[in-house]
Amino acid sequence: MMILAVNNLLDPDTLPMVLRIMVMAVLVNLSCALVGSFLVLRRMSLMGDALSHAVLPGLVVAFLFSGSLSIVPMFIGAVLAGVATTFLTQTLHHYGRLSTDAAMGVVFTSLFALGVVLLKLFGSRVHLDAACVYEGSLIMVLDTIRVGGLELPRQILVALPVLLVNVLVVAVLWKELKITTFDSALATAIGISAPVMHYTLMTLVALTAVASFQVVGSILVVAMLIIPPAAAQLCVERLGRMVLLSCLIGALVGVLGTLIAVRYDLSPPGTMAVLAGSIYALAAIFSPTGGLAARAWFNYQTSARIVREDILAMLYRVEEYDRSRKIARADAIEAVGGGFTARHALRTLVRRGGVTRDEGGLMLTDSGRAQAAQLVRTHRLWEAYLVDELGLPVDHVHEPAHRVEHFLDEEIREQLAERLPEGAEDPHGREIPE
Amino acid sequence: MLGASLLGAAAGFVGTFAVLRRRALVGDMLSHASLPGIAAAYMLWQTRDLLTLSVGALVAGLLGVGCVAIIARWTRTSEDAALGIVLSTFFGLGVVLLTVLQANPEGDKAGLDSFLFGEIASLRSRDLWVIITMAGGLLVFVLAMYKELQLLSFDSGFAAAQGWPTFWLDFIVLGAVAVVTVIGLPICGVILMAAMLITPAAAARFWTNRLGALLAISSVVGALAGIIGCLLAAPGVVEHIGLGKTAADTPVGLPPGPLIVLAGGGLLLLSMLVAPQRGLVARILSHRRLQRKVARDHLLRAIYELSPAPEADRPWIDFERLGRYGDWQGATLTAQTARTQREGLIELRGSQLRFTPRGFEQASHLVRAHRLWEMYVVEGWDRSPDDVHHDADALEHLLPPEVVQHLEQALRAEGRLPAEAAGDVPRSPHVIDPQQTIEETPE
Repeated sequence: MMILAVNNLLDPDTLPMVLRIMVMAVLVNLSCALVGSFLVLRRMSLMGDALSHAVLPGLVVAFLFSGSLSIVPMFIGAVLAGVATTFLTQTLHHYGRLSTDAAMGVVFTSLFALGVVLLKLFGSRVHLDAACVYEGSLIMVLDTIRVGGLELPRQILVALPVLLVNVLVVAVLWKELKITTFDSALATAIGISAPVMHYTLMTLVALTAVASFQVVGSILVVAMLIIPPAAAQLCVERLGRMVLLSCLIGALVGVLGTLIAVRYDLSPPGTMAVLAGSIYALAAIFSPTGGLAARAWFNYQTSARIVREDILAMLYRVEEYDRSRKIARADAIEAVGGGFTARHALRTLVRRGGVTRDEGGLMLTDSGRAQAAQLVRTHRLWEAYLVDELGLPVDHVHEPAHRVEHFLDEEIREQLAERLPEGAEDPHGREIPE
Repeated sequence: MLGASLLGAAAGFVGTFAVLRRRALVGDMLSHASLPGIAAAYMLWQTRDLLTLSVGALVAGLLGVGCVAIIARWTRTSEDAALGIVLSTFFGLGVVLLTVLQANPEGDKAGLDSFLFGEIASLRSRDLWVIITMAGGLLVFVLAMYKELQLLSFDSGFAAAQGWPTFWLDFIVLGAVAVVTVIGLPICGVILMAAMLITPAAAARFWTNRLGALLAISSVVGALAGIIGCLLAAPGVVEHIGLGKTAADTPVGLPPGPLIVLAGGGLLLLSMLVAPQRGLVARILSHRRLQRKVARDHLLRAIYELSPAPEADRPWIDFERLGRYGDWQGATLTAQTARTQREGLIELRGSQLRFTPRGFEQASHLVRAHRLWEMYVVEGWDRSPDDVHHDADALEHLLPPEVVQHLEQALRAEGRLPAEAAGDVPRSPHVIDPQQTIEETPE
């Protein structure tokens, strides 16, 4: 784990180290975000969790045989572990009649346990530590190599090729991945094998997990696989943009997470996971399309509009009953349900010039009256329709009409009017305004 | 070891419900999400007391469950992604808190690190009582709510329709899972607690379909896994098995957590192989039995069809002709006839064979079922006589005697079966040409 608290981030002594950590974090996060997007969209997020644990025995075995952490044995170990996980899960699901999640849970925990035991048994030969595997240790990047005058972290030899492989495969198989992700039946129909794509993706995830988890730890591989794409999914609708945005979020998390962690002497992977979670929370709340805030705002707008319209329609009816009668502001607010929304709605109406106020109470202006007439017209047309066409009893139609009057447009209003004879009245015997 | 086995039993017990409710990975989520709770509780109270830390873990775990519920309910994110997000964010927070603790010179973090991988040695007698109390409490709870939980597990829609508070029942089950999880953390570690919940239940699923038995077996498997895992973890065992030679010079004590999980996985594998009915071995055997029966049936029928007037004289038939008719390879035919001869259904003479009386009787039953079924398919399903052979072929081995009898009565009642004595073999609705093989459809 980190031992250095760096007070001045630009200190020339520590700057190269900070930069190296940052470069590694960004590379790893980019890989994760890229393949993670497809995992999230396929609702297989937890397969990422499973694979990032399950690659451990594959990695240990690969290391035992080759004695190094270079790309080729790691690739083989990752692929084997990935395929084994997927295959075992399927087998258990098929033969054991276990649900997929239970099967997955059994497989990856067992494989991980196997990996830990192997590590303990042969730990002296493998320079891996179980806790490091779990929590990740960016300190590893202090082990450096020199490539053409640049001092680079040794792990970059793994992380960079994996990122390139991921980019390449995703770019080449973009269309296939897209189709199998969104409509695997269509994919099969036009001759793209969904299982092949499935295994390809699983292999990529396993590979990414192997490349990453020495750096960020296996649980935090899960964070980087799932969280940036999930956050991106909340903000955009198109696959291409989602992948780009999640890569962007991943990179941002890498940069910021490193800076914060180094400054305050925290675990960099842990910091990155928390940061990513916070970004997700922000996206969930403030996303312009599906965010909770946007939705709450939309809901408030709608209910405010409905209350405004209710006030107008009420004033219209009062006028209709007795032209000289004015209604007091407090009574009007009370009649539409009271509370902040009602007061706010009335203020808006006055400001927009639909309603005027004097000592006697509230009055419709001409424009307010015209708008109210349209509402009352919609209301009464709908009542007439419900009684004439659907045969509802007269005393049952006010409530549905009261709800629907806010949502019917001009076109539907005219269609309703055409069904009625000229000069017809509503079921309560009141005139339908023009 | 007592603690581990008790814990295994308890985990297997509640895990059954989690697995049945398709919430298997919630245990995984819970155990990861409770890490920040443990770290925070330690920071606040500066104690390593199991109970205190467990309270922190429980609070954090339930907070995590709440977050998953909110994300899945209110955003576009699917539930699996929600689980992953909460799991990793909470765990990340836990790791960050641990590094903070580590930086604090007064903090003795060593004990907390063991939450990751588990430290059975950290179990004290008071902790044991906590586990015993919890296991007993769970048992009482499940017995009291048995009917409700059973219905919830197998048909939650029906339970809801009956007006039961499925939401709260679910919540209670999750609460039970959470309690077991946090108690088990110091023993199994964060990572492998999930396995303790899932694996025993998954193994038990191979043995039975009944909830009561499932709970019992699952508990037993959990307890066994605990015992075996602890035995393996005892120092010296590794050397004893001979694996130790490859390791370092000092004796290695393996962590019990992973070993318990591996023991559980082994038990699962064993269940998968040997369980009656569901087990792989049982399945292969029954499949093989069926295959042999089908092959024997085919042989008997071929001999019957090759005999011009089988009722009369049980004629001798050449191997070679039989092989051509059935399109069988020489070796297959030899093996099959040898087996059938051992069963006393045919007798061999040089390169010829014929029925024994018993074999003839069985063959006529078979052919009878085959032809009745063919007739039924031709008439009932309006299929051409040329097509029916294969349909009949697929089903005749599985037709129980009652169905054959029923078919016969139905056909006889419609007057389509010639008035023969019961037990006679009706004529085939399609041409049987002894010169052709069965597999070719006669033109």
